[in-house]
Amino acid sequence: MNLLELRGVSVSFDGFLALNDLNLQLAPGELRAVIGPNGAGKTTFLDVITGKVKPTKGDVFFRGKSLVGQSEHRISRLGIGRKFQTPRVYQNLSPRRNLELAVRGPHSPFDLLFSPLSSEQRDRVQHLLGVVGLESHAGQQAGGLSHGQKQWLEIAMLVAQDPELLLVDEPVAGLTDEETERTGELLRQLAGDHTVLVIEHDMDFIRDLQAPVTVLHEGHVLCEGSMEQVQNDPRVIEVYLGSETQEAP
Amino acid sequence: MDLLYETLFNGLAIGSVLVLAALGLAVVFGLMGVINMAHGELMMLGAYTTFVVQNIFKAVVPEVLFPIYILVAIPLAFVVSGLVGLLLEKTVIRRLYGRPLETLLATWGVSLILQQFVRSVSSAFALGLLVTVVGGLLIPRLTPKSWWQQRWTPILGSGSWIGSGLVGIVVASVLGQQRVFDQPWFSARNIDVTAPTWLRGSIDVGAVNMPTARLFIIALTAVALIGVTWFLQKSVWGIRIRAVTQNRSMSNCLGIPTEKVDALTFLIGSGLAGVAGVAVTLLGSVGPNLGGNYIVDCFMVVVLGGVGKLAGTVLAALGIGVLSYLIGSGSLLLVWPAMPAGLNELITFFATTSMAKVLVFALIVVFLQVRPAGLFPQKGRMVEA
Amino acid sequence: MADFPSSLVSSRNLRRILPWLVIVAAAVVLPVVLPPFRLNLLGRFLSLGIVALGIDLIWGYTGMLSLGQGIFFALGGYALGMYLQLDTLEPGQLPEFFGLYGVKSLPAFWQPFNSPVFTFFAIWVIPALVAGLLGYLVFRNRIKGVYFSILTQAALLVFFNFFNGQQKLINGTNGLKTDTAHIFGVLVGSDGMQRNLFWVTVLLVIGAWFLCRWLTTGRFGDALVAIRDDEPRLRFTGYNPTAYKTVVFAVAGGLAGISGALYTVQSGIVSPQFMAVPFSIEMVIWVAVGGRGTLIGAILGALLINFAKSLISEQLPETWLFIQGGLFLLVVTALPDGLVGWWRQGGPGRLIAMVGLPQRSLTYPALDLDPEVQAEQSQFDAQGSESQGSKGGAQ
Repeated sequence: MNLLELRGVSVSFDGFLALNDLNLQLAPGELRAVIGPNGAGKTTFLDVITGKVKPTKGDVFFRGKSLVGQSEHRISRLGIGRKFQTPRVYQNLSPRRNLELAVRGPHSPFDLLFSPLSSEQRDRVQHLLGVVGLESHAGQQAGGLSHGQKQWLEIAMLVAQDPELLLVDEPVAGLTDEETERTGELLRQLAGDHTVLVIEHDMDFIRDLQAPVTVLHEGHVLCEGSMEQVQNDPRVIEVYLGSETQEAP
Repeated sequence: MDLLYETLFNGLAIGSVLVLAALGLAVVFGLMGVINMAHGELMMLGAYTTFVVQNIFKAVVPEVLFPIYILVAIPLAFVVSGLVGLLLEKTVIRRLYGRPLETLLATWGVSLILQQFVRSVSSAFALGLLVTVVGGLLIPRLTPKSWWQQRWTPILGSGSWIGSGLVGIVVASVLGQQRVFDQPWFSARNIDVTAPTWLRGSIDVGAVNMPTARLFIIALTAVALIGVTWFLQKSVWGIRIRAVTQNRSMSNCLGIPTEKVDALTFLIGSGLAGVAGVAVTLLGSVGPNLGGNYIVDCFMVVVLGGVGKLAGTVLAALGIGVLSYLIGSGSLLLVWPAMPAGLNELITFFATTSMAKVLVFALIVVFLQVRPAGLFPQKGRMVEA
Repeated sequence: MADFPSSLVSSRNLRRILPWLVIVAAAVVLPVVLPPFRLNLLGRFLSLGIVALGIDLIWGYTGMLSLGQGIFFALGGYALGMYLQLDTLEPGQLPEFFGLYGVKSLPAFWQPFNSPVFTFFAIWVIPALVAGLLGYLVFRNRIKGVYFSILTQAALLVFFNFFNGQQKLINGTNGLKTDTAHIFGVLVGSDGMQRNLFWVTVLLVIGAWFLCRWLTTGRFGDALVAIRDDEPRLRFTGYNPTAYKTVVFAVAGGLAGISGALYTVQSGIVSPQFMAVPFSIEMVIWVAVGGRGTLIGAILGALLINFAKSLISEQLPETWLFIQGGLFLLVVTALPDGLVGWWRQGGPGRLIAMVGLPQRSLTYPALDLDPEVQAEQSQFDAQGSESQGSKGGAQ
């Protein structure tokens, strides 16, 4: 059974079709890359899955159950985590506290008030701080971190949630080459236990992921396949380079 | 049936005052996202402008011209309130864009100052204020330039204002010894504006009695609405304003002077408050607290109408006006005598102006449960950034 | 690491204990030293500190600016006021004012206030429930920011109009007097009773401070800050902000109720003026001046502004609105974190630096701010070296 399935999803903003009859399946444990030119509907696509935007038509299934009409926090609790395009960490909290908020566990006000973090959760936070190299910054306000550190902190928060499905929006934007490489490594490690969907502009990064690629164009799946296949697909070349040019990228 | 028409007419008249009052607020809030708590006080300034114009006409201008003083007061009130609004934008609000809650508090502070200003202003007070402002502005020019690039410049800056403030207070209190200068211009008492005779009669249409003052307000509202709509839709600056609302940074790149646009938008919104103030003087006596009576209602109009569409503002204001009048005057019972007993008692319970407000606001909260974004919500992906 | 140098331990403990010593000393000494009138003022302003704490909780920490705390403040006051009205009556008698409006029997909702136990709970439970319900209806629809502020203000006006207009139910605009009533047989308005009420107020302010501290320091407090900074983000992490906001708004409502009750018995009357629109905004400015997001700032702000107000209103009543308006402007444009925030961020040091002496710094400033250096430094400190590096001022 597919972990995630979008069936004929369309989203219209005042008549503008951000998504147009989008169909997509993700198998459990898969690592999938999604690319597409600007305005292809990549972010709206994540918005639909995570419940921020309701599809005008079509349905989204997670483990066979429809997600449409559920609120964001319920969808998140079902096991879908999301990293945003621009890093969104809680600026006025320290990285440790950011992670302590994100770490998997009950999330009601009373749980937070009356049950302290378990030692496992604490260890997990400490471990993740080490993984992303923020141990020495653990007590500082996250707003003062560099862009790359924020990206990594947000990825760590996503991992701390331990979701079944990770939706990762442009994880390597603004990172150095070395950091990019390590991010790719991390994502590949996560796949298998988790299902990972990565949206990215950086073609080299996607090639290094060695994952199947889905190309979005004007809210629609243009083609799917390996990076090789996709790169040589004339339709993809057309949407990326315009119809006049015939050269491969 | 006539009763129904009369009720509707009165509701419409109340509603149109609300439209006029909320229009400026809707412009400023809808286009700039600025909450202006001093809007009611800008209305108050408009009302006092009317009072001053009336007195000038009484004293100086030939009596034949007295009937038209109200027509002179309208543009003048627009200018006075608009300029005060402009000053407010340039000095305070400009620093607070993107921080709506802070803007709210700051403009509340301004509203307090304006209220007390109208109560206390006398010739001595005004001259003292003038001395303060002139002093504060001149000190940087009269002192060596190098003083203004030091570590202690911030202290000098605030110090020079405090100093000239003290001088101003001294000037005001010395002048205040003279009775002529100490006489407050308006004092805390309410003022009455005498409507010209042509606004004091009424016209009978069928069996419905329509006071001309109310007809005048409805007409004024209509003109203001048409004017604002035309300005925003057709004029160059109106189009620029809308462009900045939709995408500030892009507008900036295209060479639209966004700062001027902000100032202009605020000026227009404030000016409309002044015009509303003129209308209010026709309904009864007004005082320095005038703003407080309108501000919450105006905000409810904006919330109910939804941000960004003037149609929403108009509909919401008329709706609130008609409903408040229907419930508050008890005329719902007259219009519908066969009402079931339980409902009858309930309506009677709410049949005063202030209790009607209780019911109407409660209804608005209920309505917002169904349509949280008001009657005409903004759509699209920009809404929740 | 086992044995700290004893001098350090004592100086640190002293620093922690000292404020409490001062507070206890003040609470014991002030009632003896101050004339009853001033003591009464202090007690009233301290009780306003409790409503300010609630506002700090919802605005300073959670980012929701309520302009309607007067509702809950007045509800608490009315709950106690109704009890006191009934308490002094002979059986079968009605509070005096009912006679004026021709009311022959006690309205049903007055009945439970015959019971002191019910009243004790009503003072904070009713405002908390009303706040919770109002909050839930608003938060559920994701109405926030200025819309929330406007709606709370409208709700305030609704309550004001209701209490103001209902003579037959609640004595309308005249309110309920409490100073001629008795608690445990002692006249509420008497000096002895007022002194007791002062101590009760001090205890409750401290209690409220501990409650708020407990709410804001742990993960719950982190969640509140997260709601303030990026609410949608928190949703995607599996939190339901509506629940958090409702809880915290209800807590603030309950605090306001307690505050209102204390204020009522110390000022001798509860009236719809407690729900006047300006008064509720004034409450916000206490927190803003004191320093939002700092609990002590809320209490200090309430004390400071109210004392200033009473002094200025005695001397130059005309200028108070100018000063208050100026305070709104000043705090928003120049002191966004209030006095306490300014103090903690090294404001006084910067002020001194402006007139002369440069700020003291042990090393290069950049080095001073480096977290790794700081981490090392704190280890170093823990080993007992006397160090006074100025770590404030780090953003």
